[in-house]
Amino acid sequence: MDMIRKGRVWKFGDDISTDYLSPSFTLDEPWEVTKKKVLHIHDVFTRECREGDIIVAGENFGCGSSRESAAVNLKRLGIGCVVADSIARIFFRNCMAVGFPVMICKGITEAVAEGEILEVDFESSAIINQTQSKKLTGGRLHPDLLNILKSGGILESLNQ
Amino acid sequence: MSMTIAEKVLARASGKPEVKPGEFITAEIDTLMVADMSFYDSFVLLEEKGHAKIWDPDRVVVIMDHQYPAQNAVQAEKHRKIRKWVKQQGIRHFYDGGVGICHQVMVEKGHVLPGHLIPGGDSHTTTYGALAAASCGIGHSDIAYVMATGSLWFMVPGTIKFVLNGVLPTGTSAKDIILKIAGDYLVNVAQYKSVEFTGPVASALSIDDRMTICNMGVEIGAKFAMFPCDEKTIDYLEKRTKDSINPIQSDTGAVYEKVYEIDFSTLEPQVACPHNVDNVKPVTEVEGIAVQQAFIGSCTNARVEDLERAASILKGRQTHPETRLIVIPASREVYLNVSESGVLQTLLEAGAMLCPPTCGPCGGLNNGILANGESAIASTNRNFKGRMGNPESSIYLASPETVAASAVEGKITDPRKYL
Repeated sequence: MDMIRKGRVWKFGDDISTDYLSPSFTLDEPWEVTKKKVLHIHDVFTRECREGDIIVAGENFGCGSSRESAAVNLKRLGIGCVVADSIARIFFRNCMAVGFPVMICKGITEAVAEGEILEVDFESSAIINQTQSKKLTGGRLHPDLLNILKSGGILESLNQ
Repeated sequence: MSMTIAEKVLARASGKPEVKPGEFITAEIDTLMVADMSFYDSFVLLEEKGHAKIWDPDRVVVIMDHQYPAQNAVQAEKHRKIRKWVKQQGIRHFYDGGVGICHQVMVEKGHVLPGHLIPGGDSHTTTYGALAAASCGIGHSDIAYVMATGSLWFMVPGTIKFVLNGVLPTGTSAKDIILKIAGDYLVNVAQYKSVEFTGPVASALSIDDRMTICNMGVEIGAKFAMFPCDEKTIDYLEKRTKDSINPIQSDTGAVYEKVYEIDFSTLEPQVACPHNVDNVKPVTEVEGIAVQQAFIGSCTNARVEDLERAASILKGRQTHPETRLIVIPASREVYLNVSESGVLQTLLEAGAMLCPPTCGPCGGLNNGILANGESAIASTNRNFKGRMGNPESSIYLASPETVAASAVEGKITDPRKYL
């Protein structure tokens, strides 16, 4: 997996729950239907997000249910990564488990505006706001978690 | 070294004399809980990876409750496959639909023991902390990993403590305590932490009530939410298990990252307003908001005491003609108890409709999806937009007492006037 993610930023607030990332009313739907409802609380995100875009969010991103589809949906949409002030525990686990990179960085919401270009390096934890030429440092992932991410998820690490 | 309950459990499970917050460990799992949807998804993954052999079928408990009874052919087909796999793998602890909601069944059937490490395929797995277990939700890839290996990585959490002081006033119960904590300290107060509840109010609470609080531990971000093992824990378990009980408590001198002392003597009934669990107000501030649906159910608040409290308000009264009341007892055992005691009859006479003991409309999966513009008051755990199946509806969370009183008046109502 590519450990450096670069893309255009979409901003979200605090407490973005799994009921928004993977609504119950999409659980039995085909992907073509589901993908239009991921983060349905945002006016234009579902219509306009592009491969490689990055989500920057506030506190407690991914709170709520243990449904892994919350992480999988972002991965399938092609979102490069999530950087948030804080990330809810089960969602964090699930992102590692499915090989979707997320980083915790206190203060990220204040440091980044929607539409700016961000480069996030998961090896070094460096976050570069290319639009503002500003550098931040996020929380470092434990080497074992980095390995899980690199291999593409926890079950891939099982096969190694 | 002195350790908290979480540290003791994770040290034992990882074969170490001690562990410290922040440490990354691999722990052996005591018991794995999987509900219908998570079992299906994780077993499909295991088959794909060629690992379709469960490490120890006696330590996996499979419970059908989320999408049950099947609402369509797709779900029915999943259930058929689950039953086939359960047989194939030799899983003895399989509870097909009708036994109850997974967390209730786990506790009732003696699968939860103090000091055990029990991950589960549902976020409200934190419920088992009511019996001093270290339990938490995980997703289906992690479940598949546990099913294959019997182990899982954990980050040792710091522990915070809520000391519940005072005496709980009449008309309030466990739900009001946890909603008050969510409202005052917000939904990430316990993020990635283990939480312990102690103090005179905590000691006085029944196991049913402790389950309500631990259940919603995840709503304040907790990894584990626990009450230390005491006489009540042991009394409850002696009827349900033959296994030896480890009376686990934190050591004197254990290190807490934070201790919150809260006096509940003046607590009022609490309501979490749309669309977040920490948007909490005393019922007196939101009285009068019309509700088209009232729901007493879910793993949070549908046990015997919850239904008794609701019945004490509904006895001799009728639900409002423009408000439907759905009641879903948490398990067959609860159903039998309240049917024997007459509580069920009281609820039915008041106009309640009953559904099978499953998750019901709590997660928007069945039996009570809301229409556009409707509001519900529910004894459940989450009120995110769309949680009950429709993003154009609103959900208020409250105790069974407040839900019952609101069902009578058709609007949010302070239950204390009916006591």
